[in-house]
Amino acid sequence: MANPVPAAVLSNVSRRFGKARAPALDNISLEIRPGLMTGLVGPDGAGKTTLIRLLAGLIDHDEGEVTVLGKPATEADRKRIGYMPQRFGLYEDLSVIENLRLYAELRGLPTGKWDDRFAELLRFTDLGAFTERLAGRLSGGMKQKLGLACALVETPELLLLDEPGVGVDPLSRRELWAMVRKLTEAGIAVLWSTAYLDEAEKCEEVFLLSEGRLIHAGPPGDLTREAAGRCFRMRGDGPGKRRLLAGLVADPAIRDATIQGASVRFLTNAGASPPKGAEPVPARFEDAFVDRLGGGPKGHSLLAEHYRAVPENDLPAIEAHQLTKRFGPFTAANGIDFKVPRGEIFGLLGPNGAGKSTTFKMLCGLLTPTSGDGRVAGHNLRHSRSAARRSLGYMAQKFSLYGDLSVRQNLNFFAGAYGLTGAKRREALGRMVEIFHLGPYLRQNAGGLPLGFKQRLSLACAVMHEPPTLFLDEPTSGVDPIVRREFWSHINGLVEKGVTVLVTTHFMEEAEYCDRILVIYRAEQIALGSPDVLKRDAATPDRPDPTLEEAFISLIEASESKDEAA
Amino acid sequence: MNPRRFMALLIKESRQILRDPSTFLIALVLPLILLFLFGTAVSLDVREVRIGLALEDDSAVASSLGMAFRNSRWFDVTFARELASLEPELVAGKLRGIIVIPQDFGARMESGQAQATIQIITDGSLPNTASFVANYAQGVQTQWAQGEALDHGVAAERPINLIPRFWFNPELTSRDFLIPGSIAIVMSMIGTLLTALVVAREWERGTMEALMATPVAMSELLASKVLPYFILGLGSVALCTGLAVFVFGVPFRGSIPGLLAVSSAFLVPALGQGLLISAIAKNQFVASQMALLIGFLPSMVLSGFIFEIASMPVPIQIITYAVPARYLVPSLQTLFTVGDIWPMFLHSIAILLGFGLIYFALAIRVTHRRIA
Repeated sequence: MANPVPAAVLSNVSRRFGKARAPALDNISLEIRPGLMTGLVGPDGAGKTTLIRLLAGLIDHDEGEVTVLGKPATEADRKRIGYMPQRFGLYEDLSVIENLRLYAELRGLPTGKWDDRFAELLRFTDLGAFTERLAGRLSGGMKQKLGLACALVETPELLLLDEPGVGVDPLSRRELWAMVRKLTEAGIAVLWSTAYLDEAEKCEEVFLLSEGRLIHAGPPGDLTREAAGRCFRMRGDGPGKRRLLAGLVADPAIRDATIQGASVRFLTNAGASPPKGAEPVPARFEDAFVDRLGGGPKGHSLLAEHYRAVPENDLPAIEAHQLTKRFGPFTAANGIDFKVPRGEIFGLLGPNGAGKSTTFKMLCGLLTPTSGDGRVAGHNLRHSRSAARRSLGYMAQKFSLYGDLSVRQNLNFFAGAYGLTGAKRREALGRMVEIFHLGPYLRQNAGGLPLGFKQRLSLACAVMHEPPTLFLDEPTSGVDPIVRREFWSHINGLVEKGVTVLVTTHFMEEAEYCDRILVIYRAEQIALGSPDVLKRDAATPDRPDPTLEEAFISLIEASESKDEAA
Repeated sequence: MNPRRFMALLIKESRQILRDPSTFLIALVLPLILLFLFGTAVSLDVREVRIGLALEDDSAVASSLGMAFRNSRWFDVTFARELASLEPELVAGKLRGIIVIPQDFGARMESGQAQATIQIITDGSLPNTASFVANYAQGVQTQWAQGEALDHGVAAERPINLIPRFWFNPELTSRDFLIPGSIAIVMSMIGTLLTALVVAREWERGTMEALMATPVAMSELLASKVLPYFILGLGSVALCTGLAVFVFGVPFRGSIPGLLAVSSAFLVPALGQGLLISAIAKNQFVASQMALLIGFLPSMVLSGFIFEIASMPVPIQIITYAVPARYLVPSLQTLFTVGDIWPMFLHSIAILLGFGLIYFALAIRVTHRRIA
């Protein structure tokens, strides 16, 4: 390609934080070219933020050279670089327009151009109606857009975006993507960092990072092609899909397998022929990534094997009956009503602020409903809250264990909190250490664990007392695909033993593991069904096989237009 | 330094000060609380100390001395016939001391023997009060003895008559030097704590990262943090002075330019300390702890504001030379109770500016345009 001069070049760059630790970036060489949407892709902890900060001239590198717009990054002309940090860099106690003005002054935008530029940015970000609102009062998606607008006040030549899609629902993410896309058409070089592998596929060029190393550089298609012709799908109705998955994972000819709605999607080893009844599907970026990493985790869940069988019961494991929560005049959840039978994975899906956390918290017994009722394992949340709470295991979004306590102390604490004592506690602890291979880390502080082990420890703490129901809050957002597969293999195993699982997420890959999904929007439930049913309902003649994300977005758009009509 | 960028940062900072309730709390409410505390609740004066008086002698002279104690403004006296009945009260801490006028007191006085003695028993567990009781009891006795002598037509035997006079603070009210001293504490809080907090907050909220990625120069950023808090600090001094003079009736014998010069000079090292802390500590909790430890506590304890430096052990006295507030407190006290003594002020100002220079140099040295 006869492309113009690259906007930024890294050659043999390494960066280490602390001598003992593995390098955050290990001998990276890459070029970011103008006019292209360049994706910086990798799981949490892969080194994305370090790389972006190097480019923004905010940290020093140990080896190699970082050149931005023709100069070393720390000396580059900052007027020509737009940077949006992960936390947006907005002043929450300044209004939208004040934030814009501040960054316009700091970037030296001539005052004469202000009005036009602000008008353009506000139209672009759809924030025109909120100019006087304090940035702290904006929703997550709006903050994201304002952050972008602030990075764009003076059109930069290089735009660096650090995980602009994180914590934002698919709808806002899609709008943001469209906005940035337009900029590349104007010839700006854009680096968009993300933990979502599906976003990588939409980029012209992708840098795939894993544990500080560059695994792939170039068009995403080049990588995806490596998995081409080896991807298949097989149906396994109802609970059968989990057994099918277990069977496929055990098959030495299968490199990777995941659940997708009612089907199992899998990748065969090169040269291996697919099992009978498999229907070929197009390869995805993630397939090739997992292939590069050596395939999905093999073997079955030791956790599930050792878990007690949850006795059969005719009563629903989780029940919400017309759950409503109001905070003053604001209704956070309105008439949420569903039943989850024993041994099902049930998902709550919805944009930020739609009411899924409120519903979730009411069912955990952390919030008292304004009206309506909920039951967990037959215990009423109003009258026997503590009994209900004892029968559930809770795993919070992100890492919510005590970072300053050692792994053993964390396990001990949670065992105590769930009422395990004496021999029972020792036995449970030993089992968790064995199942999750925590032995070498027992004395280490939980905060310093590698991400995969943090994830394992969180799960261990939630299931130590063998609860019949598990509540998971975005359990695997941002973790690498291998850790995610391992996690869900445990969950699938537990479900086979009769455990019931409630998941909240806006992460589509997690939603695919659910048996049924409840979509919540603006405090109301707007759809309930299996992932396949939701997808089928969203199918149109020109989009016969929509993804779950497309289905979700069309459900929300339909609900919005209904609201407007009403 | 680019004036446009600097102005933009200044405007931003001022808006934040006006909108953030915690800034307001530290800059306005805290000084008020401190001032009221030192103006009303804390007092180093002792008045009406409860003591017991064992009047074991019933002669006329003895009761006359007893009346002298009762009439003294320093004591609240409980009378008894013998010491034994007062002892339990002292042990229980209800009395701070006991004066015993022994049985032979009257007889000794009559016979003109050298000096009739009284016994003063004090509670040594409260040394300050104990020595106060001892000194004042002696004072009462001496005065009484003089009066007695005059009554009997005997001329004062002493060739020199001591009449105590207190300069500068004739009322000897501790409030008059505590309140000026507390203004120093308020300035340390605003200069050091507030500055350290606001910079740490930029780090915590991730706005520092965004700022550093713009063309802004670190010097502009630091200056924009210093100037508003300098003005806020002076505003606070004005508020405190107004309250001190008009509410608490503390005299103000110096001049406003003098006050301005001294307090401006002190704000330089205080702000420098704040910036230095914020360059080291990047979260608000650590920053506030450091500000308390290296700013607030030394100003409170080692500045001579409450505890006299001259009565500290020598090693501690040496440490006080490194505490900027040590140079401010005497100047402020002088300014309020004496007037403008420029040689003293200039001396303090020079030292304070010297400290300021050191802190700022250190702060600029450790502040990098890097986030890790």
